[in-house]
Amino acid sequence: MLDIHYFGSCRERLDLGHERLAWQPELDSVERVRQHLVARGGVWVALQQANLLCACNQEVCSFQQAVHDGDEIAFFPPITGG
Amino acid sequence: MSVRVQAAAFSSSELLESLQRRDATAGAALGFVGLVRDFNQSGQVTALVLEHYPGMTEKVLAQIEQEARERWPLLAVEIVHRFGCLAPSEPIVFVGVSSAHRDAAFQSAAYIMDQLKTRAPFWKKELDGDDGRWVEARAEDQQAAERWDR
Repeated sequence: MLDIHYFGSCRERLDLGHERLAWQPELDSVERVRQHLVARGGVWVALQQANLLCACNQEVCSFQQAVHDGDEIAFFPPITGG
Repeated sequence: MSVRVQAAAFSSSELLESLQRRDATAGAALGFVGLVRDFNQSGQVTALVLEHYPGMTEKVLAQIEQEARERWPLLAVEIVHRFGCLAPSEPIVFVGVSSAHRDAAFQSAAYIMDQLKTRAPFWKKELDGDDGRWVEARAEDQQAAERWDR
């Protein structure tokens, strides 16, 4: 399984904060996971926004980051803390 | 390591007092407090909602503290960041540092805030009555974080 989290405006547009996705061998990078989600259509195009960031196992990473079964992935807009 | 991410309000004066008392070799203690503004780029703000990524936030803040300790000879470091719904003028973040001399305290507090603004996974939504708008990341914040790489 993959744990997928959405934050900020991304969470709001999807109306979803967290989901679990059955892992498949073809979901071998964050980009592949994103494409898989975008293929759902409708609001999921939100994951194609140009400034979207991602993290794998709670570390910011590139979309080329390799994904393995059990990983935690997050999608979010640029950070605005402090 | 002293990093806290909490919904509860905090007293910046109590945090600074406690920091001052922690190490008798300290010659400087400095506290920075970030506040909710009642007016921002896009208008009036009646409340601010702060969302964060539990787990990752604490890790990133601890990592930023560690980097600051590697750059400057620090004694105590205290980072407290709130999440949830905050009213104008309420403190959002406290960064306190102590060191033997003032330069390390001034510089490290600026470093911690600059890094926190661009790396700690928080997202701000400003409310104006029933209307809400997500705060956009600012290029100036990115430049401020990058100035430490030079």
